Amino acid sequence: MATTTEIPVTLNKDEILRYSRHLIMPEVGMEGQQKLKAARVLCIGTGGLGSPMALYLAAAGVGTLGLVDFDVVDYTNLQRQIIHFTSDVGRKKLDSAADKLKAINPYLNLRTFDTRLSSANALELFREFDIIADGTDNFPTRYLVNDACVLTGKPNVYGSIFRFEGQASVFATEEGPCYRCLYPEPPPPGLVPSCAEGGVLGILPGLVGIMQATEVIKLILGVGEPLIGRLLLIDALGMKFRELKLRKNPDCPVCGTHPTVTKLIDYNEFCGIRGEEKPVSNGVPEIQVEDLKRRLDAKEDLFVLDVREPHEYQICNIGGYLIPLNDLPKRVNELDSSREIVVHCKMGGRSAKAVAFLQQAGFQKVHNLAGGITAWADRVDPKVPKY
Amino acid sequence: MLWHRCISYSIAMSKIHIPTPLRQYVGKQASVDVAGSTVGEAMNALVSQHPELRKHLYTEDGKLRAFVNLYLNDEDIRYLQKEATALKDGDNISIVPSIAGGC
Repeated sequence: MATTTEIPVTLNKDEILRYSRHLIMPEVGMEGQQKLKAARVLCIGTGGLGSPMALYLAAAGVGTLGLVDFDVVDYTNLQRQIIHFTSDVGRKKLDSAADKLKAINPYLNLRTFDTRLSSANALELFREFDIIADGTDNFPTRYLVNDACVLTGKPNVYGSIFRFEGQASVFATEEGPCYRCLYPEPPPPGLVPSCAEGGVLGILPGLVGIMQATEVIKLILGVGEPLIGRLLLIDALGMKFRELKLRKNPDCPVCGTHPTVTKLIDYNEFCGIRGEEKPVSNGVPEIQVEDLKRRLDAKEDLFVLDVREPHEYQICNIGGYLIPLNDLPKRVNELDSSREIVVHCKMGGRSAKAVAFLQQAGFQKVHNLAGGITAWADRVDPKVPKY
Repeated sequence: MLWHRCISYSIAMSKIHIPTPLRQYVGKQASVDVAGSTVGEAMNALVSQHPELRKHLYTEDGKLRAFVNLYLNDEDIRYLQKEATALKDGDNISIVPSIAGGC
């Protein structure tokens, strides 16, 4: 894939030594390495996928790397976001990433964008780069990235992960499909958990992120068979890789022959998300952690139901009766509907669903513990570990 | 003279690959073997055996949800005969839902 810059790029003696293992391969050579140096790649996100991508692209000699991230390094990130170290907890991810990338390769022209990617800034931002690498973690942004790539004519190197499975592809090339050709509509919010709610095998974004970096490099060099029109499905537990054919949909609203989406839209609205994504209460009756504590201390007759998974119960619990959410329909007869029941999970989302289910099953005295055991640890008992 | 047109058809056994987010609804299996001569029949067998799965894959009026794709071997059924696509013994049906994690 040709880059848009016309300025001939040269490599000095130091760079020639640095990239010698690339240069001695005919598939790269001086010409290929110069293409890498002339390339401008934008990484959206410096988290799980962005970490390995940015590290390897910098090492490979990509000349200009843009990073978009507004977030701060969190302790729970360290299990998989390998560009961030323990000493970086609390720092802006961009600053943490910049330090490591410049240390790997001082020749890197690093451009950082401390902002949330949005319909207001995406088009202008994408125009300054040749390839976009999507390392984001939510549906609205994935649709935004896709649409902006199609509208600006930039390839979208896509990767996504969930628990121990991943997907990778290259979308939005001229002849190839875009993300919407595969998934015209997003799932309703709350159906597919985030990494915080569903968990993720630490190595998985490494595996998938490197695949994305590989595809970026192949596109720049114009070698090999890129994942255009191919969806790679990765199963880390089975270490199995399957491939599905993707076709460009002629009726695709963004990249089809008669597109109806010709400018960026409100992606939160498109994905059915209203306002901030907090654990959704869905209008079920709630109780705050302080009230629960007060009432338990007063020895009131409350039944605390914990709808998390057994392995979560082992991490920490407040002595609740454990029925995992998915087992609730089968085990509802273990509950006494004449008692007042307080339901909790980790953050309040699953327990809200449980309360709604119990209400439909005829339980009248059920409340959702707002904020879950996390709020309990924050506000009532700091000895309870958070996870 | 009456003559009968004999339609011989065998019901193929296919394997349906279940993506991770949905395995909790099929007793944690990674794949389920079902009988069915078309993709639609095989999927119907799957959601009949595992009713909790139905609402995650199909709307109330029985349409496959737009964020779920079905593949027969490596081809998207939208580009074959959709749910009328015929199955042979040993075919693989993949349910490919969208996932967004990257953090």
